[in-house]
Amino acid sequence: MYVAVKGGERAIDNAHAWLAEERRGDTSVAELSLVQIREQLALAVNRVMAEGSLFDPDLAALAIKQSRGDLIEAIFLIRAYRTTLPRFGYTLPVDTGAMACDRRISATFKDAPGGQVLGPTFDYTHRLLDFKLAAEGEAAEAPTSAPRTEPTPHITEFLQGEDIIEREPMSEAQPGDLTREPMAFPADRSVRLQSLTRGDEGFILGMAYSTQRGYARNHAFVGELRIGTVAVEMEIPELGFAIKIGEVELTECETVNQFKGSKTVPPQFTRGYGLVFGQSERKSIAMALVDRALRWKELGEDNLGAAAQDEEFVLSHSDNIQATGFLEHIKLPHYVDFQSELELVRKLRREAAEAVEQMAAKEAAE
Amino acid sequence: MSDYNFAYLDEQTKRMIRRAILKGLAVPGYQVPFASREMPMPYGWGTGGVQVSAATLTPEDTFKVIDQGADDTTNAVSIRKFFERTAGVATTEETEKASVIQTRHRIPEAELTEDQILVYQVPIPEPLRFLEPRETETRKMHALQEYGLMHVKLYEDISQHGAIATSYAYPVKVSDRYVMDPSPIPKFDNPKMEMAAIQLFGAGREQRIYAVPPYTSVVSLDFEDYPFEASKADHPCDLCAAEDSYLDEVILDDAGNRMFVCSDTDYCRSRREAGHVGRLGEEAAA
Repeated sequence: MYVAVKGGERAIDNAHAWLAEERRGDTSVAELSLVQIREQLALAVNRVMAEGSLFDPDLAALAIKQSRGDLIEAIFLIRAYRTTLPRFGYTLPVDTGAMACDRRISATFKDAPGGQVLGPTFDYTHRLLDFKLAAEGEAAEAPTSAPRTEPTPHITEFLQGEDIIEREPMSEAQPGDLTREPMAFPADRSVRLQSLTRGDEGFILGMAYSTQRGYARNHAFVGELRIGTVAVEMEIPELGFAIKIGEVELTECETVNQFKGSKTVPPQFTRGYGLVFGQSERKSIAMALVDRALRWKELGEDNLGAAAQDEEFVLSHSDNIQATGFLEHIKLPHYVDFQSELELVRKLRREAAEAVEQMAAKEAAE
Repeated sequence: MSDYNFAYLDEQTKRMIRRAILKGLAVPGYQVPFASREMPMPYGWGTGGVQVSAATLTPEDTFKVIDQGADDTTNAVSIRKFFERTAGVATTEETEKASVIQTRHRIPEAELTEDQILVYQVPIPEPLRFLEPRETETRKMHALQEYGLMHVKLYEDISQHGAIATSYAYPVKVSDRYVMDPSPIPKFDNPKMEMAAIQLFGAGREQRIYAVPPYTSVVSLDFEDYPFEASKADHPCDLCAAEDSYLDEVILDDAGNRMFVCSDTDYCRSRREAGHVGRLGEEAAA
């Protein structure tokens, strides 16, 4: 007999209880602490901060723990939390030229003022599983040296001195904020960059990769990649001047791209820009490539019909919280709509069958 | 209550949403962009409806949530609980007693009154989206009332299938101006949209709000020789014998036996309480 589909409420409560138990796993194994996640899964924490648009390593660690390591779920937790926070104001633009760099490399010059500083990179490791880690050995201490005291100049400044790279236009305009204004197209570069820096790493990576493989190719040199901490300053109205309110870790990538020149502009290099919270190297390079691809119109280039050039396509689909929500909503009941489709298909089939019968009868009569 | 503001959103955000709602009511069927917030439930799970409800609810309201017409479907339960927790409003399953009703995929069978607000959850607010994927283009088409593409689509349906092959989210024209997506309700519900209650539509992920004021004309698109037809399963409800309600088909056993029951659970309950008994109603009550 038909049992009414009652009991949604109890089913949900029980599912949540089971989830909590699964999250904890085997209780004979020590529980993860937030500091362990923050210190030892720092790159996961960075990704959650970057795509969650909230710089707070402790909250990001909590989100990772709560989400059982599902980073998109963790990003969602952070986004939902940050939306409830009051907005006191805006900081001054951060000065990445004054960054205390942990890593700073250029692919365009063998050496440059400030030097090539590899920093803590996977780049030249051999990807061999290190079974020593399974034995929980202490890491050997890394050698140290005195940090640079003077600021590290941007590589593009040297090209700019020669006037061989486009100049970024100076502007006092308020940058857009897609968390406060609905996205509208065409979007200006500030909104595009905001969207890209919050966007899903995998999606941005795929888009950037497609430009490298020939879909709107804009051959990119990594002019510079730097990772480090910068001061965050805010102007306090009562004081009348800016004070430092904290520090954030950032990854900045500036690409140097080719450009043939146009009727009004002599041949010169152009730029792509990536800036991401935390040590997020892959993301910032990918962001710079996609930023550059999206600039075809302002640089007077051809629209090659490539996905990475299509701002509406890229910006509408880069947010993994929107994407995962809509994708997964098809798990929800849709039986009302399915029922109406069922009726329609049955009706169309009935009519088709009748038509065939009539045709056969007519032929038999002839 | 909890540590969050009444109905979760802060007052500034609610004000922004109310402005969008008022604009929507002033221009029936027009999709008003709004700065949708991340909500603690996923996009695509009713965040637009939830934001509209949050901006609409007052502490005196009585709130009802349905999904597929039913109050006890999991997502309806989840959203009802959310407002019980963050707004502390009274909730009900009875359509008549609710002042605000949030719905996904259905319009209640009982006629709504001037004292009620119906809030729809909308996945894709743009009725032209599957004909033209670009927002920049579809906004232009609405501005110019360029709806030929939609009529061509409906015509192609007829030429291929002998009928308009859209059974839900059937496009309507509101107040003789904007073509509007009624959200994925079955087309059976379309004629009900000319009603006394205020109808608000929220699409969170797509950042759009639109509205139909009371007593506004809502016409389902059709052709003179192929008029719109609201359809449902050709059965009475097996529990309450209703002939006029939209039905769900339930598979009963391995032999493929089926029964048909009202999708609007409150409507079915109230009819059974009033003594109506369907084919399997006695058995179900036992």
